[in-house]
Amino acid sequence: MAKYIIKRLLAGLISLWVLITITFFLMHSIPGGPFSPAEERKIPPEVLAKIEASYGLDKPLYIQYVNYLNNLLHGDLGISFKDRDTLVNDLIERGFPVSARVGIVAVIISLCIGVPLGIISAIYKTKWIDRASMIFATIGISIPGFVITVLMMFFFCVKFKIFPTFGLSSPLHYVLPVAGLSFYPIAYITRLLRSSMLETMRQDYIRTARSKGVKEIMVIAKHALRNSLMPVVTYLGPLIAGLLTGGFVVERLFSIPGIGREFVSSVGDRDYSVTLGITVFYGAFIIIANLCVDILYVIIDPRVKVEE
Amino acid sequence: MERIETNFSMFDQDIPDEMFENLDSSEKSTDDITSPSISYWKNAWVRLKKDPLAMLGIIIIIIITIASIIGPMLIPYSYDGMDITIQNQGPTAAHWFGTDKFGRDIFVRTLYGARISLTIGFLAAFLNGVIGVLYGGFSGFIGGRIDLIMMRIVDVITSVPSLLYIILIMMFLGNNIQSILIALCLTYWTGTARQVRSQILTLKHQDFVLAARVIGENKLQILTSHLIPNSMGPIIVTITFLIPQAIFQEAFLSFLGIGIQVPMASWGTLANDAIPALFTQPYQMFFPVLAISFTMLALNFIGDGLRDALDPRLKK
Repeated sequence: MAKYIIKRLLAGLISLWVLITITFFLMHSIPGGPFSPAEERKIPPEVLAKIEASYGLDKPLYIQYVNYLNNLLHGDLGISFKDRDTLVNDLIERGFPVSARVGIVAVIISLCIGVPLGIISAIYKTKWIDRASMIFATIGISIPGFVITVLMMFFFCVKFKIFPTFGLSSPLHYVLPVAGLSFYPIAYITRLLRSSMLETMRQDYIRTARSKGVKEIMVIAKHALRNSLMPVVTYLGPLIAGLLTGGFVVERLFSIPGIGREFVSSVGDRDYSVTLGITVFYGAFIIIANLCVDILYVIIDPRVKVEE
Repeated sequence: MERIETNFSMFDQDIPDEMFENLDSSEKSTDDITSPSISYWKNAWVRLKKDPLAMLGIIIIIIITIASIIGPMLIPYSYDGMDITIQNQGPTAAHWFGTDKFGRDIFVRTLYGARISLTIGFLAAFLNGVIGVLYGGFSGFIGGRIDLIMMRIVDVITSVPSLLYIILIMMFLGNNIQSILIALCLTYWTGTARQVRSQILTLKHQDFVLAARVIGENKLQILTSHLIPNSMGPIIVTITFLIPQAIFQEAFLSFLGIGIQVPMASWGTLANDAIPALFTQPYQMFFPVLAISFTMLALNFIGDGLRDALDPRLKK
């Protein structure tokens, strides 16, 4: 087990290093440097040189790279190019808790709706309730999250004025952003769990349990569900990643001051240090989340052999 | 046994040859119970035709494709032609989907959006399919250390959401269709590659491969003419699902304002343009968004149908 975790941790570190390196060199090889040509023209060359020196941009690229990695090891992601008084670390410290609150609620809601829907569909296979939830799931998987979010925004904020559109100041403010984020995961979990349950229900040990006279509800709860939940656990990793990127749209539409909105605006503003910093943060976060999910998986399901 | 035989021989002796008649050729096959053998692909097509949702999907995609090709030729407006006298008009007989804040015809812009989306979807799926098949096929067939390294590279790429890489690559290459395609091609093939590899691994120890080797075919021939064709079914399903994914990715980026830029009209760009007008001119949002939704649903129906048709074991 310890060997497995160390191995996975090493693989994660390599992935992260590759991401950092690619991002760093891409950001630093964009023609024209981080300051847009329009700004450069306004600024006298000697001032520009000073600004670049203050960011360490006058040094050779490999030294900048080593410096960046060195700072990163100390947890320092650098300064925003757009606003010299803003540290990238501060941006993340401010934005991440906001995004995480919405994200955690979305994870909980996705599981609380997706899992029961999947179970019900599998139990009442081909009955109307199964058909209805499958139609819902197909729509949820096909239609992009941003489309659903915009439509909900239009109907619930503009037409019927039930929910507020702006910020996160009350529980009511959470409803639409969370709904927009969890639509796809709910649909995906429903489909995943349904097919996995149907597969499990065909197994011999289910027949054995039934023939012993175990109540149907116990058969489902104790034997079928436990064994069919594994794919859902595996999905938790991609789910977290999906919520992070889904946050790009939701935070922008509902003006939520989260990390996703910072990331998108940094891309639009060509604020390279912020883009770089948040990318590195995202990468680290997702790699760690995936690692946790993998470890959880091994703990829950002893059949999964840890590769030696 | 012997008695029966003697009986037969007795019959033979009793019946003169003239009394035997030739059997009518139509009766020859009456006890032949096999139906004519159908090839794998024909069989899949027969199954696919029976799937109403998949056929609906195909029809929708054909209609959208034809409309996007000939539509802009028939409509007297161009996608970037502005007309200040007709700003923000709702749907009318002249402008079916209305006009936007610059007086541009939204119907024609939506059709151009279909061009962009379908081009990106199909090209990206095709290119990623080719890359994935070559990479996965090679990796699985060679095996050993090279396979291990190649698959570790795939692991590294997939450990981070591809959207991050795509955004970075687009920042580097600029906001246009080519760079979206390149960005998609650098990240999207990993799923296909993994799948092809696992297919090849299960196939390569089967007897027909051994037979091919015995008759002296070289490794490349075995890979290209036996292993890959035999794993084509599931591969096509995966590639089909790449089309809606690529369309979604482009629309998502353009919707965030970091994909295709105005005045080019992709569906994501159109939807992004319509956000400020959502409260006052919601129709500007509805039509592009409907177009995306219909296309995505249709493509997913086709994908589901193809999966059931090409690989009946996977049927949900």
